Amino acid sequence: MEKAFQALLEDWKGVKGNVIPLLQKTQELFGFLPEESMREIARVTGKTTAEIYGVATFYAQFRFTPMGKHVMKVCHGTACHVQGADSLDTVVEQKLGVKPGNTTADGEFTVERVACLGCCSLAPVVMIDGEVYGRLTGDKLGKIVSGVGAKAGASKT
Amino acid sequence: MNARAEVAVGMSSCGIAAGARVVFDQLTKDVSARGLPFSVVATGCIGACHAEPLVEVRQADGRTFLYGNVDEARAQAIVAGHLQAGTPVADLLIPADYPYLAKQKRVVLANCGVIDPESIEQYIAHDGYVALKKVLTELTPDAVIEQVKLSGLRGRGGAGFSTGIKWTFARDAKSLTGKKYVICNADEGDPGAFMDRSVLEGDPHAVLEGMLICAYAVGSDEGYLYVRAEYPLAIKRLQIALRQMEERNLLGSRILGTSFSFTMHIKEGAGAFVCGEETALMGSIEGKRGMPRLRPPFPAVRGLWDSPSNINNVETYANVPAIIRMGGKEYAKTGTEKSKGTKVFALAGKIKRGGMIEVPMGISLREIIFDIGGGILGDRKFKAVQMGGPSGGCVPEQLADVLVDYDSLTATGAIMGSGGMVVMDESTCMVDVARYFLAFIQSESCGKCTFCRIGTKRMLEILTRITEGEGEEKDIAVLEELAAKVKVSSLCGLGQTAPNPVLTTLRYFRSEYDDHIRNKRCAAKKCKALIRYDVLTATCTGCMLCAKVCPTKAAHGERKKPHEIDQDTCIQCGLCFEACRFSAIEISSGRGN
Repeated sequence: MEKAFQALLEDWKGVKGNVIPLLQKTQELFGFLPEESMREIARVTGKTTAEIYGVATFYAQFRFTPMGKHVMKVCHGTACHVQGADSLDTVVEQKLGVKPGNTTADGEFTVERVACLGCCSLAPVVMIDGEVYGRLTGDKLGKIVSGVGAKAGASKT
Repeated sequence: MNARAEVAVGMSSCGIAAGARVVFDQLTKDVSARGLPFSVVATGCIGACHAEPLVEVRQADGRTFLYGNVDEARAQAIVAGHLQAGTPVADLLIPADYPYLAKQKRVVLANCGVIDPESIEQYIAHDGYVALKKVLTELTPDAVIEQVKLSGLRGRGGAGFSTGIKWTFARDAKSLTGKKYVICNADEGDPGAFMDRSVLEGDPHAVLEGMLICAYAVGSDEGYLYVRAEYPLAIKRLQIALRQMEERNLLGSRILGTSFSFTMHIKEGAGAFVCGEETALMGSIEGKRGMPRLRPPFPAVRGLWDSPSNINNVETYANVPAIIRMGGKEYAKTGTEKSKGTKVFALAGKIKRGGMIEVPMGISLREIIFDIGGGILGDRKFKAVQMGGPSGGCVPEQLADVLVDYDSLTATGAIMGSGGMVVMDESTCMVDVARYFLAFIQSESCGKCTFCRIGTKRMLEILTRITEGEGEEKDIAVLEELAAKVKVSSLCGLGQTAPNPVLTTLRYFRSEYDDHIRNKRCAAKKCKALIRYDVLTATCTGCMLCAKVCPTKAAHGERKKPHEIDQDTCIQCGLCFEACRFSAIEISSGRGN
């Protein structure tokens, strides 16, 4: 991992506008941005650590703590909002015991609220590990989270 | 005549989410098992998202048949009935005169759902790169801009600035760095909007061709596509497209043997709504915090890395090849006096037939919602349509006959916007909608301007209080005062337009605000603090379903006996209401709750 990180730094050295791509690729590598990695990026890009941290904290994509094994994104776009996304939050909280923005104690799930996944015609939707589950109800989502319902059963109306 | 018989499956993000991949695999398996003379192909968004997954059968004789809501079993039926036996499966067929499609006019989406977006050959077979070739070999840069001006094309990102004039500024600008940049804004951040994603996923080459034509016209040799990281499939298809262009000398040095050279980069956004603002977007490409800066100087004079830059939205660029092919004059025949061409919308919310639509400018909102969209889900009462996301506003039912053009929509207090169109019915609370958008803006404000940073926070606090039944008479006046100040004291479009959802709902739905404040009543039964759930004992069968789903055990009772809901522990999540099969749960709102 450390080797891959050094190779990454080498690859992007001197490239115009390299800060954000470096942060993105580093996060891909480690799952989050360890403090030491940001110091290294600062060194390579010739910026201060504060500048790098400033950029990283500005964008929603970057995180500074490890993620859970599974990442669940509950969509709160306009269409999902008017179709009842709030009640999905209730179900998730009830099933997993965490509020959006947090990771379960066992490190299994990280739950996030996102602004819009762009699948508005299937609202309300939730994305789990990159896969979108649409036309949800509280009941359906509960089953998905419990691992009872498979994808096929979940996406039906 | 389509020489090759094909079965095309709509494989955009939402198609895949609805199960298109399973259908694709099933079709591939069955077609090969039976040895049928059809190739199963993936295509972009066919547009009728409400009927996803969609499958189109294209017979060798040129006839096409569209199937909706296909699943594995239906895929098998289509293979057996249509592909093998030759009889279209009538029950599953979407009729050719389907009203959803009849009123649309496809220019930008002409190839979406028709070609395989990962095949440059198919793009070329559908007039792809004809416009670029014409531009490079027959037209001067000024002549290109002249055509764009003649077309009347205005920015499809929502503000509606004349594209031809914008290009002129960039062309005339003197570069101190020796560089000029062409940038595509694909940071589609409005919640409820997915037009740009569908275009990039369904026809990436059209956008790239448009950018190349622009680069030639303004004198640029380097371009950037700034795409949201939330759109992985769009990014993947763009990367494929760029590789194919390089292989065919459509990118790189001396393109198509001319003196025009161009390189292109894809930049992934990192999740900041404000980066849809052009100066913030450029800051982000440079690797900084995406914070807007004062204009002028405009990007056309000093943009990316201090060089003159032209920045347009995805849909704007996607219009350009068609304009060059048909000529600006011909393009301008569609639309109204000041708004030419077509506009792509993402139709969603409480509508029967949602999806990606492209309509000629000048169509009315009513036609879109009722003729194309088929009206409101469950035939409930249409209340409003939200346009333009957090920068836009809600157009009420009584103004539904307004025409879709930049100026008429602006007059309603909403805006054309980038194309998000979320339909709302009587079960949508307009105060809650205003609060929703303000909460969005508040968390996305970059914090540079005081009024945007703090003013929106104060407005959000007031709206939250109103939805929680703690509103006071004076709140409305304070909201209006703050709204006016946030508008004039913010540097960029995000802050300047942030109060729009509040102002339009106040303008058209003032009685709902008053109802919340005076009667502590939410007529749409949406605001949790103002509603209560009760079991209708006469209807309840005691099936225990509500008790099972209730997260706080507020709904309780014995089997086969009417249940009840304990008001002290009820959190108004609505799961019991959703679960009850006998309509035995009632929601009420008003004083005394």
